[in-house]
Amino acid sequence: MDFDLSEEQRLLKDSIDGLLKSSYDFEVRKKYRAEPGGYSKAMWGKFAEQGLLGLPFSEEDGGFGAGPIETMVVMEALGRNLVVEPYLDTVVIGGGFLRRGSSEQRAAHLPRIIEGSKSMAFAQLERGSRYDLGDVATSAKKNAAGYVLNGEKFVAGHGDTADTLIVTARTAGGQRDAKGIGVFLVPANAKGVDIRGYETQDGSRAADIKLTNVEIPADAVIGDAENGLPIVEQVADDARIALCAEAVGAMEEALKISVEYIKERKQFGVAIGSFQALQHRAADMFTAMETARSMSYLASMASGLTDLDERAITVAAAKVQIGRSARFVGQGGVQLHGGIGVTMEYKIGHYFKRLTMIEQQFGDADFHLSSVARAGGLIT
Amino acid sequence: MDLSFTADEIAFRDEVREFFEDNLDPAVRAKLMATRHVSKDEQVSWQRVLNRKGWGVPHWPVEYGGTGWSAAKQYIFLEELQKHPAPPPLPFGVNMVGPVIYTFGNDAQKKHYLPRIANMDDWWCQGFSEPGAGSDLASLKTTAKRKGDVYIVNGQKTWTTLAQHADWIFCLCRTDSDVRKQLGISFLLIDMASKGVTVRPIQMIDGGAEINEVFFDDVLVPAENLVGEENKGWDYAKFLLGHERVNIARVGISKARIRRIRELAGNVLSGGKPLIEDPQFRQKLAATEIELKALELTQMRVVAAEGKHGKGKPDPASSILKIKGSEIQQTLTELLLEVTGPFAMPFLPEVDGTNDETDWASPIAPTYFNYRKVSIYGGSNEIQRNIIAKAVLGL
Repeated sequence: MDFDLSEEQRLLKDSIDGLLKSSYDFEVRKKYRAEPGGYSKAMWGKFAEQGLLGLPFSEEDGGFGAGPIETMVVMEALGRNLVVEPYLDTVVIGGGFLRRGSSEQRAAHLPRIIEGSKSMAFAQLERGSRYDLGDVATSAKKNAAGYVLNGEKFVAGHGDTADTLIVTARTAGGQRDAKGIGVFLVPANAKGVDIRGYETQDGSRAADIKLTNVEIPADAVIGDAENGLPIVEQVADDARIALCAEAVGAMEEALKISVEYIKERKQFGVAIGSFQALQHRAADMFTAMETARSMSYLASMASGLTDLDERAITVAAAKVQIGRSARFVGQGGVQLHGGIGVTMEYKIGHYFKRLTMIEQQFGDADFHLSSVARAGGLIT
Repeated sequence: MDLSFTADEIAFRDEVREFFEDNLDPAVRAKLMATRHVSKDEQVSWQRVLNRKGWGVPHWPVEYGGTGWSAAKQYIFLEELQKHPAPPPLPFGVNMVGPVIYTFGNDAQKKHYLPRIANMDDWWCQGFSEPGAGSDLASLKTTAKRKGDVYIVNGQKTWTTLAQHADWIFCLCRTDSDVRKQLGISFLLIDMASKGVTVRPIQMIDGGAEINEVFFDDVLVPAENLVGEENKGWDYAKFLLGHERVNIARVGISKARIRRIRELAGNVLSGGKPLIEDPQFRQKLAATEIELKALELTQMRVVAAEGKHGKGKPDPASSILKIKGSEIQQTLTELLLEVTGPFAMPFLPEVDGTNDETDWASPIAPTYFNYRKVSIYGGSNEIQRNIIAKAVLGL
């Protein structure tokens, strides 16, 4: 029973905190967002220089062989600074699929991801699929050379800047069958791929993607073309674990700036932080953040579980706690700030928006609560 | 970062489980599962079973009878005890006055009282709160006037849990009224059999009488029963209350209660099907289980930090444990109440175990009523929020 970071993990934390402190303040972030593609290529290059883009990959793949706690450390730091670069989409999700792919696929993609010259996006969501990863209407029909993809995907994070898309498509079965789903690597510039990008509520970018007779080779399939859902579920859990950590970082900073604000802001001749009503709200936000942190730790430590059902339930439980805490801390932070909390100009609103969107990604609290309840609970 | 227990810790957990299995009267266990009260005799004899094993006061320093277990083992022991469930040690002796005596008492006091606390030869109760001194404890008015080699104590204490069984009470008394209120308080040990001590039960909302008023009318207390220095009692009280907060999450008790809810909700029918199959009920229970898991992990973080950095002042973040622990306990009694449905109604304080239809349900509504106390005692949850705001957030 040990909750301390190792020496190497602490060094990692110090180095990413140092990088973001010197080059990611709130005003600079606005400039990054205004760059083509909505994030800073220079910043992405610095992530590569510091080795952050190679963290979770094995040494033989050119990475550092780091574990889930290292990813957690990075994601918390990204959350604290509202980083808009595509770490989740490229390293956690894209990398998550590739790590489970063939050695040829790893060799074809990972070196360029690690050096910062390649980004990925996950084209999974469909018009009616909501949080059900197994609800896939996009079709993948086998032909002589490989597959032909047809369908529509929505809100793929960083889908308009990614070099390679990871697309879920149905090779067999009905729309909601668990069997018959394949995972495909699709070059973003392939013929028949139509990408429409836009800004997201939280200052990042995403895209809707139309696939019309997109032809891809047979070796573009990750895993079993007829049974890819288990990999999708596992990578989605990787993403959820990372989002939990990102949310904890964002909550930590949202609480910190809110407490600083109520110490400074004066009304009736005193700092408003001297009022008990506000103190109790802040105390409840602290409790919400710390209980979320506990569940984020649990989720990260569960990342290595070989019992995938237990892993999934633990992650679902963490996402419930994170969803509830994030909502409470985000709303509370705005409330403590008063009027300026609902302006675009001030920081807290941006934390509120990111925390809100984290809940909408990969299943909200209600969705995951249903999973935990159906599984018969968490406490043995 | 690593959540798992070592092989040694797992062996220890199994040893503890087996000991509880072999040594606790199943009837007492059943009573606890059914949320009924255990009797004085049952409480005392269980403490003596633990003490014979050397586990009566596991968290005390070894020289006074403690076990020297690591923080992780202390945690495992308490968790298993609560989960079994076995009667939790009565806190007034082993968690409150005991640590005050071994930390601030003199040698004679240590020698006399500590073994008797470990073996529950004396039943202790806590004389802190007064009618006019609740959360503002330092404004207490009970006086102790020194005259020769005795103190003369006059005043009234209230909310005194299980004072009807008590042999001794530890009291905060005012020994100086001319200084700031915190600086004129002393910590006295008073024999409940002394002339002038009167105990009057307060009937509680559940119909039980676990709480009392205690009156002191010219009670003569030997001066040697003063703990530590005169007028330093407030420091000792703060020390004691800090220790009280650490064990207050009661995660194991809530785990046992979840199992009980599952069992009862599996028996109770709703629309012809077991209530546990109702998705809405299951979701409510699952939501509470997730909160409990988060609390458990948070408690482990506090315990691990204590194990690593040594026992010092209680972590102010332990106020989270009090707030969440009490809220979850209350939510679980609420869910138990919901399980009973209309069988919550019969008020049967003296069940004889012969009526299957009502006996299982009859202690549940009283437990729900009674558990409103847990967010009030031990420093109300509002006080805990004040502690977080001031000590953690710097407001």
